[in-house]
Amino acid sequence: MSGQTVPADFSGHMLDLDEDEDLEVFSKNTSLADGSPMPNSPSSMVNQYRLEDEEEQQDTYTKDIFVSVDNPESHITAIETFIMYRVVTKTTRSEFDSSEYEVRRRYQDFLWLRSRLEENHPTLIVHPLPEKFVMKSMVERFNNDFIETRRKALHRFLNKISDHPILSCSEHFKVFLTAEELMSHRKQGPGFLSRMGETVRAVANSVRGLRSRPEEFTLMQEYVEDFSSKICSVDKVTQRIIKEQREYLDELKQYSPTYTQWAESEEELAEPLKGVASCVERCSKETEEQIQHLSEALVPALHEYVLCAETLKAVMRRRDNIQAEYEAKNEALASRKADQESLQDEVDGLADRVELANNALKVDWSRWQNSMRTDLRSAFISTSEKNVEYYEKRAVKGRPLLIEKCHLGRGKGARTPNLSVQLVQQVAINHLPKDKVFCKRIE
Amino acid sequence: MMADSASTEEVAVIGNTDITSAESENNIINTMVERGTALLRKMEINVAEAEKRTGKNTVNMQETYTVYLIETRPAESVPEGGTPATPDTLWRRYSEFELLRMYLLVTYPYIIVPPLPEKRAEFVWHKLSADNLDPDFVERRRVGLENFLLRVASHPVLSNDKIFFLFLTEEKGWREEVLDTGFQDKVDSRLKSLSAMFRVKNPDKRFTALKQYSDELNTVISQLLRVRARVADRLYGVYKVHGNYGRVFSEWSAIEKEMGDGLQSAGHHMDTYAASIDDILEEEEHYADQLKEYLFYTDAVRSVCRKHELIQYELEMAVQDLAHKKQQKEELATGTVRVFSLKGMTSKLFGQESQEQRESRLAALDQSIQEGEETVMEKNTECKEFVRTAWEDIERFKEQKDKDLREALISYAIMQISMCKKTKGEDGSAATRTEPSI
Repeated sequence: MSGQTVPADFSGHMLDLDEDEDLEVFSKNTSLADGSPMPNSPSSMVNQYRLEDEEEQQDTYTKDIFVSVDNPESHITAIETFIMYRVVTKTTRSEFDSSEYEVRRRYQDFLWLRSRLEENHPTLIVHPLPEKFVMKSMVERFNNDFIETRRKALHRFLNKISDHPILSCSEHFKVFLTAEELMSHRKQGPGFLSRMGETVRAVANSVRGLRSRPEEFTLMQEYVEDFSSKICSVDKVTQRIIKEQREYLDELKQYSPTYTQWAESEEELAEPLKGVASCVERCSKETEEQIQHLSEALVPALHEYVLCAETLKAVMRRRDNIQAEYEAKNEALASRKADQESLQDEVDGLADRVELANNALKVDWSRWQNSMRTDLRSAFISTSEKNVEYYEKRAVKGRPLLIEKCHLGRGKGARTPNLSVQLVQQVAINHLPKDKVFCKRIE
Repeated sequence: MMADSASTEEVAVIGNTDITSAESENNIINTMVERGTALLRKMEINVAEAEKRTGKNTVNMQETYTVYLIETRPAESVPEGGTPATPDTLWRRYSEFELLRMYLLVTYPYIIVPPLPEKRAEFVWHKLSADNLDPDFVERRRVGLENFLLRVASHPVLSNDKIFFLFLTEEKGWREEVLDTGFQDKVDSRLKSLSAMFRVKNPDKRFTALKQYSDELNTVISQLLRVRARVADRLYGVYKVHGNYGRVFSEWSAIEKEMGDGLQSAGHHMDTYAASIDDILEEEEHYADQLKEYLFYTDAVRSVCRKHELIQYELEMAVQDLAHKKQQKEELATGTVRVFSLKGMTSKLFGQESQEQRESRLAALDQSIQEGEETVMEKNTECKEFVRTAWEDIERFKEQKDKDLREALISYAIMQISMCKKTKGEDGSAATRTEPSI
């Protein structure tokens, strides 16, 4: 595993804690809007620690919260129609009052959750949501495939959050999973205007530019740019392959009826022709399945990481902003003589903020990389396996066809060694009764 | 495996042996040789090479054309360690093959004459060029021409033809020999008969069935070839796009630390995969050529049926003509007019003719009837003979067709399987290589 450092501040505490206890430990004075503890709560630290050891994502036996998204249903009101998804939570965590929850949520609720999480943890990598509905495609908003694709992505999103050592402890997350009715909670929190204010500051800071970005974050930035372009390319190529395969499939489907038609005019050749016809038909089915699998397994995974790349870019920006803000204040401190004490406090606070942000990012970065590798690796392998299966099926089903043809007899006479050895083996292995045609030919 | 054939014939040497897909071709040729015509017992034939030439054509313009080298050598078994005799060789161009075939068609109208490879590339898909000078096209044509010669050489009737023998052995002067046979006159009448519209009163059911079968075969093979061209195009596209993966994975591997090797190797495999399409399509091309041969064979079958129709028609006309004349005689003899005729009218109007006149007319009619009867007998014999010889060849052809096409279909299936295995191997190793490194 790549070097992942546990933030030096916290390591001292880990040794004192019981894994099962979920103690609220003191937090530093960096306040977050929802009041939830920063990444120094014991459970999250413990989770973090565990993650360092594991190559893979958390095994189920260490998970103490399970979330699923299913059962999309149309919900019709006077003003609009939308889909509600059922979100089921099962957990042993003590901060939850009950061990099971079932609520209904709509897409907007997910958007709310995510934006809250991003706000509270600006330099953590919060998994992206499936995109909003875009009119450009031919897909209807309530098309079943679209809904199903979205449901799967929402499910993944919640699971990514619940697997995250820090984000899963978020109060907003808890509210999202448990509150019967979310609207009242959505109204709370920093309003639109304050968010606007932050954005303005961010823009101003970015205009000012950074003094010096630490080397490691520059490298990260470069990586993010490259990764983004590569993953987009892979996504595009995959889409193109699917398109080409669909067109191939359309043409392939025309073989079988033609061979069948031919078989009708023939006597001796009818059997082999029908064999080829069914062979090609099965080929078509296999190809169809392969395309299906590509669409269902690889494309969503790639797409998710395309969105991830955008998330990463945003995270890098926010980190830069935090640093920029600190630098700005620091400069002000250096130039202004008056009111140094309070300004100093402010600057100290910002310095801490920068440090925390950086550390959070560093930790989360490794975590994200592992996760990315695992996800993409399994997507690619699953695709390869499907490909192998696909070709295997074609080969295997071809063999009985071959035997069938042997059975019908082939003339005597010289054949190339490969062909005849193959055939002899096939016939011998299968102990086929000799057809009279076959016998006649031998005579 | 070759020992089964229990023949002492040498296998016809195929000029170009590095195409494995020609194994099936080999099989068909081996079968032809086993048939053991007198000609093939004497000599081995192959079309070894192709060369470009430029020269002045009939309208005195420069043109570039391809010539093919025909090799013949005595078919003796070569002792161990001995070298085979040097072959006799001559060069022929495609138009000379065409001339030979036209001669055979006209001279043996009851024989299903083997077809030549196509004059222009049809059923092309985008990668194959339709250019006659394209080396791939020339190569496939070389194979097709050799196949043609061997088919003729293994035919029980055609192999004995002198002009064919001279085609293989006399470079100069062959053209004059062919033209001397006067076959050109028959060419026109053949063309006319092929396009003529006439109705046969009592068509021979067997020929009707054969013509119908031939038409069906033609339709179905054309359809297959068209589909194949489109499928090939598409499949080519799929493989080539996979090549893009190769490039992207390689670039991506450069920015990753842990995944780097896995991505790199995945990239290589994608490149290999993309390149493998060329072999796959070449193998398929061979199968397509085998289908094409039988597509063109259907034309030959059709023309035999048409020729039969023509003969049948002529026979029926002769019979009808004879019957008409006999009837005329009867009328003349008995004085009755059964059927309205101008003669009858005029005699009624202008009076009966004299006894002399009548007798001379009767004599003429008798003569005519006799001639008519001879004609009918001739035509009858011709027809019977045609039917007999044609059906002999048709039965031979049916057997050959069944064997060849079964062979082709089986090879096609095997080829598909082996292609799958090869690709599976690629994919499998791609999967196993990416797994541990990622």
